[in-house]
Amino acid sequence: MFKSEEFVQKLIDSGFDFFTGVPCSIIGNVINNLTERHDVTYVPAVREDAAVGVASGAYMAGKMPVVLMQNSGLGQCLNTLTSLNLIYKLPCLLIVTWRGFEGKDAPEHLVMGRTCAKLLDLVEIPYFTFNPDNIRSFINHAHNLIVENSGPVALFLKKGVID
Amino acid sequence: MNYKEVITTITELLTDQLVVCANGLISREAFTIRDRTENFYMIGSMGMASSIGLGIALNKPSRKVIILEGDGNLLMNPGSLPMTGALHPVNLLHIVLDNEVYASTGNQPTISSKIELEEFAKSAKYAYVKKVTTNEELRGEIVHALKNEGPSFLLVKISDTAEQIEIGRVTHSPEQIKERFMSAM
Repeated sequence: MFKSEEFVQKLIDSGFDFFTGVPCSIIGNVINNLTERHDVTYVPAVREDAAVGVASGAYMAGKMPVVLMQNSGLGQCLNTLTSLNLIYKLPCLLIVTWRGFEGKDAPEHLVMGRTCAKLLDLVEIPYFTFNPDNIRSFINHAHNLIVENSGPVALFLKKGVID
Repeated sequence: MNYKEVITTITELLTDQLVVCANGLISREAFTIRDRTENFYMIGSMGMASSIGLGIALNKPSRKVIILEGDGNLLMNPGSLPMTGALHPVNLLHIVLDNEVYASTGNQPTISSKIELEEFAKSAKYAYVKKVTTNEELRGEIVHALKNEGPSFLLVKISDTAEQIEIGRVTHSPEQIKERFMSAM
C-alpha cells in the first residue's frame, strides 16, 4: 500500500501545485494531508464541476491543478470537461476513485463502476489506472501527457492502493 | 437598463481588470462593445463563470478579477457563492445581470423574479453586497467595488430583454481566447 503523504509529495515533486475536489473515503487521507500542508493550496469544492472550474481558473493564473473526486463526480462535471477543458485546452489532472470496481460495492456505485472508463473513452479523455507498483511512473507520465496534450488526464484509483 | 447599456457602463470603467464573461449573450455583448485581451469569453460550461473567476482570483491576488454572469448562470451553480464567501478573495467582484429570463435561448423565464439573489450573496458572507436598478447607481457601485476590498457582489436588475439577432458572436477560437487572456496576466 502506498502512503498518502508519499503520494501527495510525489504529485508536488512532479509539478502539481494547486488542489481542489470533493472527498471520497478512498482519498480521505490524501485530502487530509493536502489540507494540513502549507506549501500548496487545497480548495474544498461543493461539486465536482465547480472544482474543475476553479482548477481551470487556477491554471490560467499560472498553476498546474489537480482535481480529486469519486467516479460518481465524473457525471457531475462532464459538461465542464467537454465544453471548457477540452475545447479551450485547459489542463488538469483528475484523480478519480473507482468505486464499484468489478461490481464489488454498494448499489449506487455499480453502474458508474462498470462505465466510468468507457465514459472517458467516449469523450476522449486519456486515463490510467493506478497500481501500487506503477504509481510513481504514472504520475510522471500523466504530468508529461497533460503538458503535451494541454488537456485533462484522469488517473483511476481503486480501493486499497493508497492508505 | 438593458444589457447593452449595463455592459457599456461596466466596460467604460475598466482598466486592466481580468473579466470572466459567462456564455451566451453576455460574452457576445461584451465582445461586441469592446473586445479586450483581459476578457475570458466562455462559450460553454454554463454556470462555471463564478468558479473560473474564483480560481483566478485565488491565484492572482495582485489583480482585480470580475465575474460577469446572468441570473440563469448563477442559479445553475449557486454553490459557488458559499465557496467564494468562505475562501474570501478580496480581489473579486461578482456582477450578476438579472433580467429574469434565459435571454440567449429566447427569453424563457428563470425563477429569479421570485427569489432575491442578493440575499444568497449576503448569507454566503460576501464582504459587500448591493442591488442596483439604475445606470447611475451601477456606475457608483462599480467605482466603489473597484477601489475597495471584496469579495463584492452586485446584482444588476435588467429591465429590457436583449435583441439577440443584432449581437455578433465571439470570433476568436476557444484556444485564442485562452492564450490572449493568459498573456494579459
